[in-house]
Amino acid sequence: MSETLSGSTPAERAGEAGPAPVTTPAAGTTMAAGSASPHRGGDLLYYALHNKKLVFGVSLEALLVLVAILGPIIAPHNMTDYFASNQPPSAQHWLGTDNLGHDLFAEVVSGMRVSYLVGAIGALCAAFVGMALGFTAGWRGGMLDEILQMITNIVVMMPALVLLIVIGAYLKTRGITFEGTFIGLITWPWVARAVRAQTFTLKSREFVDLARLSGKRGFSIVVREIAPNMASYLFLVVVLLFGSSMLLAANFDFLGLGPTTGTSLGNIMNQSTLWSALQLHYWWWFLPPGLLLTGMVAALLIANVGLDEVFNPKLREQ
Amino acid sequence: MSLKVENLSVAYRMRAGDCCPVDGVTFTVADGEIMGLAGESGCGKSTLGNSLIFMEGRMKLLGGRVVLDRQELPIADFRAMQPLRMTKVSLVPQYAMNALSPTRRISKLTTDLLRSHGVREDSVLEEMKRRLRLIGLGPDVLSKYSFELSGGMRQRVTIILSTLLNPSLLIADEVTSALDVSTQRAVGEMLMEFRDRGFVKSVIAITHDLSILAQIADTITVMYAGRLAEKADAGTVVKAPLHPYTQMLLASLPEVGLRHDQTTLTGIPGRPPSLVSPPSGCRFAGRCPFARAQCAQAPPFEEVAPGHRVACWKVSRGWPEGGRV
Amino acid sequence: MSTLQIDQVSKLFRASAGGGLTPALRGVSFDIGQGEVVTLIGESGSGKTTLGKIILRLTAASSGKVMFEGDDISVFSGKRLREYYRHVQGVFQDPFSSYNPIYRADRVFELIRGVYFPHTGQRAWDAKIESALLAVALNPGDVLGKYPHQLSGGQQQRLLIARALLLDVKLLVADEIISMLDASTRVDILNLLIGLKRSGLAILFVTHDLSLGHYVSDRTIILRRGAIVEMGDTIKVFSHPQHPYTRDLLAAVPELHKKWQPAAGGAAIPPDDVDVLTAAAPARAGHGQAPGPAGTDRPPQPMAMLEPPPLVEYEKDHFVAAAES
Repeated sequence: MSETLSGSTPAERAGEAGPAPVTTPAAGTTMAAGSASPHRGGDLLYYALHNKKLVFGVSLEALLVLVAILGPIIAPHNMTDYFASNQPPSAQHWLGTDNLGHDLFAEVVSGMRVSYLVGAIGALCAAFVGMALGFTAGWRGGMLDEILQMITNIVVMMPALVLLIVIGAYLKTRGITFEGTFIGLITWPWVARAVRAQTFTLKSREFVDLARLSGKRGFSIVVREIAPNMASYLFLVVVLLFGSSMLLAANFDFLGLGPTTGTSLGNIMNQSTLWSALQLHYWWWFLPPGLLLTGMVAALLIANVGLDEVFNPKLREQ
Repeated sequence: MSLKVENLSVAYRMRAGDCCPVDGVTFTVADGEIMGLAGESGCGKSTLGNSLIFMEGRMKLLGGRVVLDRQELPIADFRAMQPLRMTKVSLVPQYAMNALSPTRRISKLTTDLLRSHGVREDSVLEEMKRRLRLIGLGPDVLSKYSFELSGGMRQRVTIILSTLLNPSLLIADEVTSALDVSTQRAVGEMLMEFRDRGFVKSVIAITHDLSILAQIADTITVMYAGRLAEKADAGTVVKAPLHPYTQMLLASLPEVGLRHDQTTLTGIPGRPPSLVSPPSGCRFAGRCPFARAQCAQAPPFEEVAPGHRVACWKVSRGWPEGGRV
Repeated sequence: MSTLQIDQVSKLFRASAGGGLTPALRGVSFDIGQGEVVTLIGESGSGKTTLGKIILRLTAASSGKVMFEGDDISVFSGKRLREYYRHVQGVFQDPFSSYNPIYRADRVFELIRGVYFPHTGQRAWDAKIESALLAVALNPGDVLGKYPHQLSGGQQQRLLIARALLLDVKLLVADEIISMLDASTRVDILNLLIGLKRSGLAILFVTHDLSLGHYVSDRTIILRRGAIVEMGDTIKVFSHPQHPYTRDLLAAVPELHKKWQPAAGGAAIPPDDVDVLTAAAPARAGHGQAPGPAGTDRPPQPMAMLEPPPLVEYEKDHFVAAAES
C-alpha cells in the first residue's frame, strides 16, 4: 500500500474503491496499513443506509408494493361486484365507484399488481436480451459487433406503437405476459448499448489480460471477470428498466392497447377518459391511479439515483 | 526568507478516522532556492505541497502558519487564497499533463486563465510565446488542442501556464514522474532556467526520485510518515546523509554503472506506519537498524551542522554506527 | 536452441482519424536464450509494450514471426496456446490493475488451477502455493485471504510472480514491473528476478529506466520509434554506445553523483517528443497532408521510407543501426 506511487493524496487511495465499473480503484490504502480494512459489503451498507434518496425511494416503493400485495386482500369489496355508479369516495367505497359501479379501490389495487407484473416481465426480458447481446458484441467486437449494432439500430427505429397495434390486431386477446414481453423486446437496445460500451472498457483492463494468460476462454472471462465488475451498473440498469417498463405499459394501456385480460392502472385511466371522467369532474376515477403510478415509478428512480451515489464514490457528497 | 513554514499540521478526514499526513512540519525556503521534497508514497509530501495553495474539501488545518514574502498565507481560507493563487503561489499538480481541457485550444486556455486573474492578455501572450521559444517549442503550440501534443509537451506547457504570472513560489508535484528520460531532463532544466530568469522566485519540487533532485535542487528535504527526517544541501544529502532512512534509501537506488554481479543493492524491510494511528516516538524506529529505547520519544528536527537538520536520536546524541546496543 | 526468437516483427496501428497507419514496431529481430535476462529499453512510443503483448499473444503482429522453441506462436490456439502459457507468462506495470478488485488476491492462483492442475488435490495444491510464495519471499499468512487493496504494491507484484512460478515458466515478460513501486521495494523485486534467473528463468525486462537495465540484464536492446537502434551485451552497449540516440539517453539519465553534462554539440538536447512519429500526432505515415507535431516541420513520410536501417556489427555481440534522420 505504501509502496505504490499512483495517486498522491491519501484520501484518494484510502479505499475509495467502489465497484463503479469505469473508475480505476485506488491502489491500496496507506492509512489502513496495520488495521483491518472494512469489507466492501459493510462499507456499501453503511453508505446505503445513510443515503437519503435511497432510503426515501426504497421506503416509498416498499409501501406501494405492500399496498399492491395486501390491497386486494383487505379490500372490502370485490372488483367485479356492482354498486351504485359514479359515487365519490366515502366510508363505504374508499375511492368511490366507476361508471359501471365497480369499487375503484379494489380495481386500483388489482391494477397496481398488474402494473408491477408487467413492469417486472418487461424489465427481465429487456435485461436478458440486452445483456446477452451487449456482452457478445462488446467481447467479440469485429464483424459480429457490426451485425449486432445493425440489429440494434433496426429495433430502435421500429415504431413500437404501430407494431403493437398491428400485432394486437392479429391476437384474440392480449395478456399481461404478452405486454411485458413486447415491452422487453423493444427496450433492450439501450441496455445492449450500455453493456457493450462498458464491456469494451473493461476488456482492456489488465486483469482480463491476466485471465487470458491463465488460459481462460471468452465466455468464462465475460461471466466471471467482466460482468461482476459491472454488477452495480447492471443492477441500476434493471431498476431503471423496471420503472420505464411500468411507464411504457401505462402509456400503451392508456391508448387502449393494454392487456384485455385483467385491469391495470393505465387501463383504469383509459376507461376514465373514455367515459369523460375529466369533464364530469369524477376526479376519484383518474387521479388515484395516476398518482399511484407516478409514485411507483418516481420512487424507483429516486432510489436509483441514491443507489448510484452509493456505488460510485465520486458522486457522494462530502 | 522567501517562504517560512512553522509547525504546520494538516489532517485528512476519512471514514476510518482522521489521518495526519503533515505533522508539525517546519522549514524555510530562501529566495531563488529550489527545494526538493523527497519521500515515498504516503509520506505526506503531496499533502504538504498542496496545503500551501489549496486545501481540498477533506483537508483540515490543525495548526501552524505559513509566511510567504513576509505575508502570512491564509491557507485555511479558500476565498482569501484566491487572489494569491497563480500570482504569489502556484501549483503544477501531479498528472498536470492531463489537466488541460481537451476541448479548447491552448491559446483559449491561456486567455481564460489570464482573464480570471484580471490580467490583460495581449502583453502576456507575447511573453508566453517567448517562454515557449525558450524551451524549444514553436508558437504554433498555442493553436493546438492538448491531445495533439505529446505527454512531455503538455507537461511543459502546463508549467508555463502555472508560472505565467511570475509567482513567488512554485510547487511542482511529481512533474517528472510519468515522463521519458530525455523529457525529464528538459523539464528539470526548464525549472532551473525559469528560476534563473526570475520567472519564479523559489520552487518546491516534490518527487520520489532523488536522482532528479540531485540534478536540479539546491536543498533536499526528506519526509517520512508525515514528519521531516532530514534537510540539507543537495550535495550533502546525496553524498553524506545522516538520517538512517535517507542512507538506506540512497543505498537502494540502482545507478548506471552498478551491476548485480558486482554490488547487491538492498531495500528497506517493512512498511511505513499507518498515519491514522501512528506510533508515538520516532516513526522510522520500526524499520531502523539503529533503534534504541530512546526512540520511543519523537526526536526533534534540529540543526546538527550548519544548514543541516535531522530528526534522529542517533545523530543528535552521537550513537556509534553498528546496529543495536 | 534459443527460448524465444523474434524475427522481423512489425506492428501497424490504424490512426484514429483518417486512413493513416502508425508503425508501432518496425522489423524487430532478436533472440532470448535460456536463462538470459534481456532488457528492452525504450521511451514512450518506442513500441516496447506492444512487443511484450505480441509475445504474450495478447495482440497479433502485423508481419514477422515469433518462435518459441522453434514453433511459430501465431498458429497456437486452444490446447497448444494453453501449453504456451504454461511456459511463457507476463507481469505488468500496475500491480493493482492485474487483480480483479472484487475478488480476493489469491484468486489469481485459482484461475490457473482449473486449466493447469485439474487433478491436484487440495493439500498438494496448498503446498504448491506455499512453496511458490516462499520462493518470492512472501509470508503466506500475510497475503492469503486478503483483498488486493489490502496488500502493498510490492506484495501484489510478488504474488503475481509467484503465480507465474506455479506454472513451468521458461520466459517471463516483465513490463515495467517496478516503475510504480517505491524506491525501497524496487530493489527487492529486482533481486528476486535475479535469483530466478540464476535458477534458469529467461526474462524479457521491458523498461525505460537505464539504470535498472544495467543492473540486471545480460543483454540490452535499445528501441526507438519501433526499430532497434542498438543492441548487444549490456556492458558493451553502456560503456561505448555508438548510436547517437543511445548516447543522448545515457546523457539524460539523472545520476546521484554527477550533474547533467551539456550536449556534445553544444545545443540543448531536444527531447524525443519534439520530433516524433507517435500515433497521437496528426502526422500520418501514409499519404496524409497533415503537418507534423507541434514545434517541428517534419512532414509525413511514405511507408517505404519507414523501413528500419539494418543493424551492423560494431564489435562482438554489439550491433548498431545507422542513424535515422
